[in-house]
Amino acid sequence: MFRTLLLNLVRAVGVLLVVSFATYCLMFSDGIGIARAVLGPTATDTQVAARAAELGLTRPLYEQYFSWLAGAVRGDLGSSFLTGQPVTDAMANRAPVTLSLIILTIILTAVISVILGVTAALYGGWVDKLVQFIAVLGAAVPGFIIAIALIFAFAISIPLYPATGYIRITDDPQGWLWSLTLPVTALLIGTIANAASQFRGSVSDALSQDYVRTLRSRGISERAIVFRHVLRNAAGPGLIVLSLTTLGLLGGALFIESVFALPGVGQLANLSAQAGDVPMVMGTVIFAMILILVVNFLADLFVGILNPKSRIK
Amino acid sequence: MTIDQHELDPAADGTAAITGERVRRSPLRSLLANPFASVSIAFLFLIVFIAITTPWLAPFSPNATDLAATNAAPFTDGHFFGADASGRDILSRLMWGTQQTIIACLLVLGVSLVLGLTFGLLAGFYRGKFETVVNFVSDVIMSLPGIVLLIALYALTGPNIPVAMAVFGVIVAPSFYRLVRSVVISVRSELYIDAAKVVGLSDARIIGRHVLSAVRAPVIVQSSFVLATAVAILAGVDFLGLGDPSAPSWGRVLQEAFNNLYTNPANVIWPSILISLTILSFVLLGNALRDTLQASNRSAVLKGARRRSLMMSAQDERVAGVNDLTPAQDVILSIRNLRIGYPTSADDVRPVVHGVDLDVRKGEIHGLVGESGSGKSQLAFSTLGILPREAVVLGGSVFFEGRDLLADKMRMRRARGRGIAYVPQEPMSNLDPSFTIGAQLIYGLRASTGVSKAQARRELLDLLTRVGIQDAERVMSLYPHEISGGMAQRVLICGAVATKPHLIVADEPTTALDVTVQADVLELLRELSRERGMAMIIVTHNLGVVADICDTVSVMKDGRIIESNDVDSLFAAPHDQYTKDLLVSSRTVELKEADDE
Repeated sequence: MFRTLLLNLVRAVGVLLVVSFATYCLMFSDGIGIARAVLGPTATDTQVAARAAELGLTRPLYEQYFSWLAGAVRGDLGSSFLTGQPVTDAMANRAPVTLSLIILTIILTAVISVILGVTAALYGGWVDKLVQFIAVLGAAVPGFIIAIALIFAFAISIPLYPATGYIRITDDPQGWLWSLTLPVTALLIGTIANAASQFRGSVSDALSQDYVRTLRSRGISERAIVFRHVLRNAAGPGLIVLSLTTLGLLGGALFIESVFALPGVGQLANLSAQAGDVPMVMGTVIFAMILILVVNFLADLFVGILNPKSRIK
Repeated sequence: MTIDQHELDPAADGTAAITGERVRRSPLRSLLANPFASVSIAFLFLIVFIAITTPWLAPFSPNATDLAATNAAPFTDGHFFGADASGRDILSRLMWGTQQTIIACLLVLGVSLVLGLTFGLLAGFYRGKFETVVNFVSDVIMSLPGIVLLIALYALTGPNIPVAMAVFGVIVAPSFYRLVRSVVISVRSELYIDAAKVVGLSDARIIGRHVLSAVRAPVIVQSSFVLATAVAILAGVDFLGLGDPSAPSWGRVLQEAFNNLYTNPANVIWPSILISLTILSFVLLGNALRDTLQASNRSAVLKGARRRSLMMSAQDERVAGVNDLTPAQDVILSIRNLRIGYPTSADDVRPVVHGVDLDVRKGEIHGLVGESGSGKSQLAFSTLGILPREAVVLGGSVFFEGRDLLADKMRMRRARGRGIAYVPQEPMSNLDPSFTIGAQLIYGLRASTGVSKAQARRELLDLLTRVGIQDAERVMSLYPHEISGGMAQRVLICGAVATKPHLIVADEPTTALDVTVQADVLELLRELSRERGMAMIIVTHNLGVVADICDTVSVMKDGRIIESNDVDSLFAAPHDQYTKDLLVSSRTVELKEADDE
């Protein structure tokens, strides 16, 4: 198991390097263009050329990449071309917002979808219909539209929650929760839609296994079969669903942060891309890639622990 | 969505479709019969119609500003959906945005389809190193933060929706690639491809004729879902402000309305509804297409009310004593007039077992033979109440030691394990892969007998040794994947016998085992039956097994028992023509096997 884990990790780091190289080369390919974007339309050609040289954009691409990589390994992702703020500082400020959003959403998704999915698979009936309905609804209405509807309903029509803004958990825990309620709800509808119907599928799969029939024939109660055997065997596929949902949330959080004006990494990516601040954009790409790497590693680890075939004796 | 669910229908290439056409409605007609699908199709046609006719039909040009109409409410002076903060007509802007939406959708679909189809066909058909490389690339693309990259791309290209959508096409291409590749791999292993190769068709023709036709249905379904995603992503990217600011688009109209939410909240409604309805249409269409094109393997589900009424009427019969029991003294199991059916639609049930009577005496080994689909396994399952979920018991009784198990759920539950035990057909899939052998055996024994853990462990160690497992202590600590099929079957027999049942129902207990192990397992079952005075029902299609260990035998065909007798009499003088045929064919097989040796 450790071999597989290590192998996957090495592979993921390899992918991270390749993708960062490709992204870097693409984004920094037009050094003059970047310098012009930084200086604005009024700058003269000589000013632009001077600025490009000053920012190191005239060097060959591979050279730029390797000096960036050398810094990245030491925790230095460069500085913003616009404000001069170190990229890592910006990340450190904004990562807690995005992570709060993702972690809260994924915990609630796990709890609600497990309950809905398992009930739907075991008892069918109206819960099953509800899960199917949410699945279609969640697939049809994009998160940012749900977010707008929520602001419309619960921040403007009935002003229960703040429409925009973020409060740090260290400043005011209740305010933090309050400021995240609507954003998390907006994300939840989509994630539950997907996860609940997937959980329903994995529980149904586990229920239709041959050994469940044999366990029944032994006189074991239905309750014990479900809690001891079916859920245990559905847990592996369920974990994979949760890890994929977490990765999907990276994109979802980006839209939601823009709608609710939350100062997270997604908002930073959007603002920096529109301003042409390439080092910042590069930083957000790396943040997303590392998050993916960590989530995949955790998923591999837990699935490995659950599966006796990959355990070492 | 797994691929083995897709019925790979040779009829799809058109040769067998002529015969199929008469019984089955054409896919398009049954698709249109689905109200969700027809409404979705109508809506999508409307969208396309608007996209084409907008230059003539739109009331205003998309960027025409009318300061008098600033923030006009819906339905006022020619502004049907109202006007935005700059006084631009919202309806017109949405209509002009339709064209861009459709072009973007086609771009995403085109790029992903061409890439996915090409690489999927090649990788699935030729396999080897090429497949390994493409698989790796596809995995890498799927692990990328797609939306973050799309936004990063903006820093390079500026507002350029066609490039962004083409890149998004690459990002979703793996979904087509994986689908096509796995369909191709399974089609490739089908016989008719081999036949085509033997006939000398070129690879290109085989791919063109056979493989493409098999891939068609799943690809059409997937396309619908990809289009839904494309609409959502396009609207999202425009909403973030990454689109061309001068061109009207659904996402931009929504963004402008949202920025103006406090002064004119009604304006967000129109673009939101339009975007959601378009995505919804593609999702519903995709679901309907999946149901229509790939319905062959999905088993019908009976309506809850219908199921309950069928079960009630069967129960009423039992209470009324229709299935009268006048058992001989030594009978342990009597099945009376048992009828079992499976749903063919929400309201209809097709019977597969038609009123079967069967008696098993104490200590008797009773063979139940018949071809596959004759209902013999259904009969075996019903004695334990472990029929598949969708099955319906339409009537009849199962008397075990004089009491009707089907009449009382609790009685059935108590009979399981201590009264009747079950030995399955496929040993490996009948052990829970997540628990050790010892854990599942001990838990099963304690569940029905309630003995202490230590006691259960001692008994099971003895029994494991008895069924021929050396080193029982070690085997108890192993997981199912660590033991052989023959050993797994011994473990399962041990689990069945441990509770000291009076009857064992064995469903083809040797079919899945190596020939060398089969005889040992049969011998073990016979010995256990003698030692413990257990009666046994052995379901099999092998008359050799019947001759080996059974006392009596019943022959099943098409859900009925057509002949029942003690083994010697039946072999000596079969009454029914079917039994005679069965005997002749099994003797031929035996002779042939003897010849081969």
